[in-house]
Amino acid sequence: MTALTAPAQVSAPLAFEPDHALLLLRQMLLIRRFEEKCAELYSQGKIRGFLHLYIGEEAVAVGAMQALTADDGVVATYREHGHALARGMPAGAMMAEMYGKANGCSRGRGGSMHLFDAGRRFFGGYAIVGGGLPIAVGLALADRLQARPRVTACFFGDGAVAEGEFHESLNLAALWKLPVLFLCENNRYAMGTALERHQAQPNIAAKAVAYGIPGMQVDGMDVVAVESATRRAVESVRAGTGPVLLELLTYRFRAHSMYDPELYRTKEEVAQWLVRDPVTTFTRRLIDAGILTDADLSALEQDVAAAIAAAVAEAEAGPWEPVADLLKDVHTPRP
Amino acid sequence: MTTLSYREAVRSALRDSLRADPRVFLMGEDVGRYGGAYAASKGLLEEFGPERVRDTPLSESTFVGAGIGAALGGMRPIVEVMTVNFSLLALDQIVNNAATLRHMSGGQFSIPLVIRMATGAGRQLAAQHSHSLEVWYAHIPGITALAPATVADARGMLLAALREPDPVVIFEHASLYPMEEEADAHAGPADITHAVVRRRGTDVTVVTYGGSLGKTLAAAERLQVSGISTEVIDLRSLRPLDMETVLASIKKTHRAMIVDEGWRTGSLAAEVSARIMEGAFYDLDAPVARVCSAEVPMPYAKHLEDAALPQPEAIVDAVTALCPRRG
Repeated sequence: MTALTAPAQVSAPLAFEPDHALLLLRQMLLIRRFEEKCAELYSQGKIRGFLHLYIGEEAVAVGAMQALTADDGVVATYREHGHALARGMPAGAMMAEMYGKANGCSRGRGGSMHLFDAGRRFFGGYAIVGGGLPIAVGLALADRLQARPRVTACFFGDGAVAEGEFHESLNLAALWKLPVLFLCENNRYAMGTALERHQAQPNIAAKAVAYGIPGMQVDGMDVVAVESATRRAVESVRAGTGPVLLELLTYRFRAHSMYDPELYRTKEEVAQWLVRDPVTTFTRRLIDAGILTDADLSALEQDVAAAIAAAVAEAEAGPWEPVADLLKDVHTPRP
Repeated sequence: MTTLSYREAVRSALRDSLRADPRVFLMGEDVGRYGGAYAASKGLLEEFGPERVRDTPLSESTFVGAGIGAALGGMRPIVEVMTVNFSLLALDQIVNNAATLRHMSGGQFSIPLVIRMATGAGRQLAAQHSHSLEVWYAHIPGITALAPATVADARGMLLAALREPDPVVIFEHASLYPMEEEADAHAGPADITHAVVRRRGTDVTVVTYGGSLGKTLAAAERLQVSGISTEVIDLRSLRPLDMETVLASIKKTHRAMIVDEGWRTGSLAAEVSARIMEGAFYDLDAPVARVCSAEVPMPYAKHLEDAALPQPEAIVDAVTALCPRRG
């Protein structure tokens, strides 16, 4: 796998259990509808600050997360609603966080870009591009030093590949053979700068190979391909042979944030990728395979809509953190 | 009590911590086989092995960030950054992650990380190895910044830092490593919440820290000869600042000066001065004075470097100017 040849494209056959396939669809649908609701609430002024939507990339978080156990760690980016939901974080606590409420997962201190859940070993939303990679390396080092058979999955975008910390972290993780799974979500744009305009070598998997790390490109629009590739990668990382990098080829359907007029890409390009929409294509595959009926789909949509309505209600009903607690949690309270 | 060098004091704290707590490990550039750029960790690789004394590549941002991750993962990392100038490569991880993670997560995480680094000038290492940027870290909420100025503190502050649940940055002044003093080689953690009066006096309060303490005490000796009784306060902790000790002294002496190896503009001296204004304005008989480094990148030539740094002569002159004529 570490040969200095072009990394193989990994695609997987449609081989899954019906229950599991429906679970994948439900998670992707939950992310899609949750974020559509976020965009709506943003235009109403309920959510403020930066809001980066993951719509179009759902197959990556949902597929990859299937391969992790509850003991494994997850480090994500500022576009992390999808990772958080796929990791099982309650939608209500996430929505309340985006409202800035005290019942938010970060008690209103983080917002959309900084979701955390210690219990689910979700180590957060990092908004300095590339900043999460060293953290993931350190989490993996802690596991190694304490002889725990855990894997730390680190999500980052193609933009992070231009940061020094990407190269430093791949080098250190490979040098020390640490159990890190690097998951590069290549959505082809570092904010508005296309991959070819910021990378002399746009094949990111090949960069991993240069560090002695197995690197593979995976179809990030296909949840089954992502899950299958991630399962194999996690198995290898957990076996103690060192890190693996997957480059998940995907696309962001929405603007970078809510302030982006999208001057840097054409409508035709977006339309080409929309054909590969991970939610609609997977739905079609399940219907074609006889796993899903139109009635099932409509029931699933209703179920997801109810979950999101409950999340919004939880956020609306949540209290504001008292200003008297402004300085809370700058330091750990002393006994 | 035995005669101990500052370097040996740091090493004894490292060794005792590695022995006492399996969660403690040391990592940084050349801390292992080389023995540490200032030989602080000499012999530790042999005693504790390469898993717990880890030589890192030259990637400050990532090995400091890995320290944050390891702390999140239940370890007690001690990360050595060779000098404060190099630490700027890791400033993002320290400021944007180590200092923020607890608050940004609504209190879900603690980062018990200790970062040690050499600071300061005096060895003709010019403008990329000699600066005193402690104030950059003292500016950041979420961080504790310590500056041991004595052999006892070099040991005791490191032991205390390892008991903190949040990030601590320790600035070891590079000129102090060979300094020898009488100290208890087995002393426990130091009290890091208080400044200490290092010399009692009645006419003027001089506040300082780190590598400037020795120079200030030398100046105070000379001032005594000319009849000026100088009280010298060692801040020890640069964040948080113990202003109670400083203000109590000024209420007695009514005059205050700060000696700080950092540049004057935006310095720790500026912060201490502002707090003296806020807390003791009506106790002052004269404006607060400062002796800081000249506002120039540290030059190489010995006579220029000496001229750029606070020196006992300048401290004597400034205190003399601050105090009314005697006799």
